[in-house]
Amino acid sequence: MSPGYDPAMAHGGGAAESERIERVLRGSLAALGQGPDTVLQHLIAQQQVFSHVPEPAIDRLVAALGVTRAQILAAIDFYAFLHLTPRGRFDIRVSDNITDRMLGNAALMTQLCAALGVRPGEPRADGRVTVDFTSCTGMCDQGPAALVNGLALTRLDAGRIRDIAALVEAGTPLAHWPQGFFAVSNNVQRPGLLLADLEAREAGLARLFAQGGPAVLAEVERAGLRGRGGAGFTTALKWRFCREAPSEPGHPDKVIVCNADEGEPGTFKDRVLLTAYADLVFEGMTIAAGVVGASTGFLYLRGEYRCLLDHLEAVLARRRARGLLGTGIGAGAGPGGGFDFDIRVHLGAGAYICGEESALIESLEGKRGITRKRPPFPVTEGYLDRPTVVNNVETFLAAARIAEHGGYWFRSEGTDRSAGSKILSVSGDCARPGIYEVPFGTPVAEVLADCGARDTQCVQVSGAAGVTLTPDEFHRVLAFEDLPTAGSFMVFDRSRDLLEMVRNFAAFFAHESCGFCTPCRVGGRLVQDLVEKVAAGAAGSHDLDELHDIAQVLRRASHCGLGHTAANHVLNTLEKFPHIYRERLRRTDYTPSFDLDAALAEARALTHRDDAGSHLPADA
Amino acid sequence: MSNEQAQSTFTLDGRRIPFEPGQTIMDAALAAGVYIPHLCHKPGYAPHGSCRVCVVRADGRELSACTAPAAADMSVESEVPDIRALRVAVLQMLFAEGNHVCPACEASGNCTLQAVAYHCGMLTPRFPQRFPRRAVDASHPDVILDHNRCILCELCVRASRDHDGKRVFAVSGRGIASKLIVDAPSGQLGDTDFSADDAAARVCPVGAILPRDAAFRAPIGRRRFDVAPVSRVGDVTPDPDAQWPAVDALEEVTA
Ligand SMILES: Cc1cc2nc3c(=O)[nH]c(=O)nc-3n(C[C@H](O)[C@H](O)[C@H](O)COP(=O)(O)O)c2cc1C
Ligand code: SF4
Repeated sequence: MSPGYDPAMAHGGGAAESERIERVLRGSLAALGQGPDTVLQHLIAQQQVFSHVPEPAIDRLVAALGVTRAQILAAIDFYAFLHLTPRGRFDIRVSDNITDRMLGNAALMTQLCAALGVRPGEPRADGRVTVDFTSCTGMCDQGPAALVNGLALTRLDAGRIRDIAALVEAGTPLAHWPQGFFAVSNNVQRPGLLLADLEAREAGLARLFAQGGPAVLAEVERAGLRGRGGAGFTTALKWRFCREAPSEPGHPDKVIVCNADEGEPGTFKDRVLLTAYADLVFEGMTIAAGVVGASTGFLYLRGEYRCLLDHLEAVLARRRARGLLGTGIGAGAGPGGGFDFDIRVHLGAGAYICGEESALIESLEGKRGITRKRPPFPVTEGYLDRPTVVNNVETFLAAARIAEHGGYWFRSEGTDRSAGSKILSVSGDCARPGIYEVPFGTPVAEVLADCGARDTQCVQVSGAAGVTLTPDEFHRVLAFEDLPTAGSFMVFDRSRDLLEMVRNFAAFFAHESCGFCTPCRVGGRLVQDLVEKVAAGAAGSHDLDELHDIAQVLRRASHCGLGHTAANHVLNTLEKFPHIYRERLRRTDYTPSFDLDAALAEARALTHRDDAGSHLPADA
Repeated sequence: MSNEQAQSTFTLDGRRIPFEPGQTIMDAALAAGVYIPHLCHKPGYAPHGSCRVCVVRADGRELSACTAPAAADMSVESEVPDIRALRVAVLQMLFAEGNHVCPACEASGNCTLQAVAYHCGMLTPRFPQRFPRRAVDASHPDVILDHNRCILCELCVRASRDHDGKRVFAVSGRGIASKLIVDAPSGQLGDTDFSADDAAARVCPVGAILPRDAAFRAPIGRRRFDVAPVSRVGDVTPDPDAQWPAVDALEEVTA
């Protein structure tokens, strides 16, 4: 047994083990309280220490929080980062966005699995390690990336994989791994209206104290600020609705939520904002609280950004010490001062749908992240049915600067309907991936020139859920009225096979569907299966018609934005890049849906065979 | 409100439907005796919106009638070809997802999934069957829980929580791996406080929750939807001029 390796951590049982579980639980109960809404955070705490949620912890949580066992099991089964059985002391998840694939993550995965003697997703028999894929971890500008026990690893290459395998075999605690492995760069390539000014002066808050909520709200209105998380709802209107919404009887407070789930493949700008501009984001949230009359604040941080947790907690502590959070904020500084507000960081646990605001609220309440029906909207019935503002990280940052400089300052950039700037996350085939802040109205071609993209075949704007652009469309502009975007900008040059992009996105959406509604739950999987059939060269033209039809059912009949957009990439590429499908078709109109080779899977499993001889050729 | 004040209405496939503030399109339509196909919806239960069979087009936007509030003068399309085609596709997805073998199913003739499929004109399966491996839970003395037929409508979840004051059922997992679970350490229905008298025991629209003693009491051919189509007996307010047997009589046949 190697030094530093504690077998009790990986294997259940024993009195010492149950004592440790109890200790971790008491810690998280003391820190988070016993509200039923805290259950997810307790589960995450257990998972982090024991690489699974141990049975005794579940029993204790049922008793302590008044939730059912079924609710806890349902949540563990829902969140990709929670498990009922141990994952291994080192839990490695390799980011599997298309940009990671373009940087060669598949070969690195194979290398790592071979070096450690594991198969993807299966814990090694000695409980030492699990290696698996995971959805985009938001490091597309410095991939291939991975997570180890929740912490980000960047810039992986064959050398690093060799080193990581050795560290795992030696049982070296993460604290003693080379710190360079965990280095995350901000890569701000083009600062603009917001990013050029790093300094946190709290001048926006000062204006709130001096002039009061209505005056600041008027500036945000004048600025024409629209949400930066994708949907583009007018921020001032959202704040006004929440301000005017009657409070829940018995719960006078309203709630401000910062959406830092940033799960859209290819987006990473919120990561940079929270790293370098956290004070401004929290200032924006505090201003919103003053405007709408909220005393409770949450930052919902995606589990993939756990590496930012200590930093964010430190910034919050500093702000509390300075009286910028807590009770009586800005008391005596004017008519807008003297209110109570504080912010807690809640972690996500690997679910893209939790970026959708109502699923996010369900997750904040400790449940599975299932989208609510609307109406009611969060501004009237959000977290625990209280009026709730949910805004994107970038929206809060922009609001803080607007409160400081005024609405006209913000309007000086952008277009009529899209005021200000947009912060883009640029990745893929370009010389300088990273963060670009451009005025709204900037053509795609200009961003491509800026980032050093050459011989570009296509750009995927606004992530996997966004739109696929051909070179004919590079004159189009980034703006709500033409190409609305949350900021993901993935570049593909002519060497790329775009069907690989489609396969990656189809698998992503099938994996991330919450499962609530029929079209997305079943249709998402049907789309993935058909795309794989095309890739295997087994599809006929009838399959392409089906693909198109199912994509339309998803778009039209799904319950939420995930399903509505999940097949955009299929519809876009069928129309704009039909050859990626057509050149792979079998020369028949119709192929049976029955897959003979798949039917042999059970026989293969029984005989422990997976060699070429145990498979039928695709055109058999 | 004065008597003279005209009640608000919207149109559904050209018919004027009156509604009260707060009613959904579905509520108002069913109350007016107009059927909109649905599976996860049931009057008296919290609207859910998950099956998507009740998709309609309201003023050009496709949405679920069971969750969308009715609005004055809105124009709703339901039984039009492209919406019907959308519903058929959704139903075909449900049939492909589970193991629905109608000829061998005890619920045949009483099954809302089957009846709605007939109503919508679904003639054949379309998508590759997933043939999931799902267990049958026969641990309860009075009720069998057959996961093969579950369509994840969550009516039992809502019935147990909101009507029985228990929390016997929950949906677990996500995506295509979503599944119904019961709240017992063993995961077995027999180890919960579930009872055959619960609302949850009678709410299942398919054959996933089957009372044991009722099996085959009514012969095939004389069951609920054998006698009258779902558009007449599927939660709609009975039409006084109906040619079909009254709902009370049907309850006797199926009980
Ligand atoms: C599937 C899905 C994922 C989403 N993910 C995010 C996200 O990661 N971050 C975000 O700010 N908004 C996300 N949104 C949009 C949110 O629902 C919501 O509109 C947004 O947080 C509102 O903030 P804003 O007005 O400042 O943009 C997502 C929406 C959907 C449908
Ligand atoms: S479209 Fe339906 S299944 Fe998909 S994420 Fe939204 S609610 Fe869940």
